[in-house]
Amino acid sequence: MCLAVPGRVEEFLNHSPLERSAHVSFGGIRKVINLALVPEAVIGDYVIVHVGFAISRIDEAQAQQIFRDLEEIGMRGRLAEE
Amino acid sequence: MKYVNEYRQKASIEKISREIARITTRPWTIMEVCGGQTHAIVKYGLQQFLPDSVELVHGPGCPVCVTSLEIIDQAMALAARPEIIFCSFGDMLRVPGSERDLLSVKAAGGDVRLVYSPLNAVELAEQNPDREVVFFAIGFETTAPANAMAAFLARQKRLRNFSMLVSHFLVPPAIETICSAEDNRVQGFLAAGHVCTVTGYEQYFALAQTYRIPVVVTGFEPLDVLEGVLMCVRQLEQGHYTVENQYRRAVRQQGNIPAQQLLEQVFEVSSQSWRGVGKLHHSGLRLRSAFSAFDAACKFELTLPSARDDSGCISGEIMQGRKKPGECPHFGRDCRPELPLGAPMVSSEGACAAYYRYHRPVIE
Repeated sequence: MCLAVPGRVEEFLNHSPLERSAHVSFGGIRKVINLALVPEAVIGDYVIVHVGFAISRIDEAQAQQIFRDLEEIGMRGRLAEE
Repeated sequence: MKYVNEYRQKASIEKISREIARITTRPWTIMEVCGGQTHAIVKYGLQQFLPDSVELVHGPGCPVCVTSLEIIDQAMALAARPEIIFCSFGDMLRVPGSERDLLSVKAAGGDVRLVYSPLNAVELAEQNPDREVVFFAIGFETTAPANAMAAFLARQKRLRNFSMLVSHFLVPPAIETICSAEDNRVQGFLAAGHVCTVTGYEQYFALAQTYRIPVVVTGFEPLDVLEGVLMCVRQLEQGHYTVENQYRRAVRQQGNIPAQQLLEQVFEVSSQSWRGVGKLHHSGLRLRSAFSAFDAACKFELTLPSARDDSGCISGEIMQGRKKPGECPHFGRDCRPELPLGAPMVSSEGACAAYYRYHRPVIE
């Protein structure tokens, strides 16, 4: 039920606060999504979408953190082996 | 797809897997709260990337599975009425009530419609002013803002033919119930990432301190789940009990404030019956009195005798992580997705459906 998928905001369709909506692309498949709950989202942003609503804007810098953590883990692992 | 594929790379997964094995010195039992995480674990076989001493047990995070039999029977009664268009998320259609499911009501002539979003139900009400549209508003905190928005818009549009049968659940009281059980064996939690996009995670700090248990807010891709396990094991090995956020790209500590404000306007916290678990205080949401005109239970004066849940389904034990699907005598025999005894075999998040689909143990 809590399935939610990331998509890219492509084009705004409605700017009224409650029905703020946009075309959001999910790997090329476009759907009309309500963006009222992520007023900070702009075109080009990725948002997490659940039952037709964007519930969070993806933070690109934070998204990269896991890969920096992985590098650190790799280095630690190598040190441990040596 | 961006933010999906890069979290499924085997090389990264193996790197985290090796790190978990390197730091683990003792057996640990960790519960993933959300059914979506359960599905990722079973689908990608993530247990095989963990040392034998780290066991994942599956939690109560499937709203379809915990919606009470009474509410499901109310849904059947509404859906069978000729004046009603009954709208539901797809997951609910096959969940068995006392006697039948929504699909069989539809087959018998009931106007049951599958909707992707609660807004589709609002649109149906606008398009069909001479019919009553009832939306089956189920879910956890992730779905609650969308359902709240449906009620809010319906009021703004002055729709008189729209109402919702509400069955909403809150995750933290369920975690607390598991922690406080005498026979609890869960030592750490992977909290449900999408629930926390809405609620944030401030409320988990007290829980982590009270029960001396690590809570790691975790995402849903294989790499997310394994990093969540790594963070949890790291805390356990070091004797730390705090809240950490693995799903940083989507979850902020304070959560989604506009969503919380909307929820506050439309819903209020209430006690709630969890199928297989029982009644838990402050564990549900109901419509505020300002929105009672949109409450299907009031509008249609639903009173049904409380039904006996005697299908043989052990969903309560499955949902609290006490048993795994393979330990149920019915699993794969007289309980299968095409003929389910209980909701965990139906829902796309139910643990039994996940095991049946991806990870069927040999059945004699």
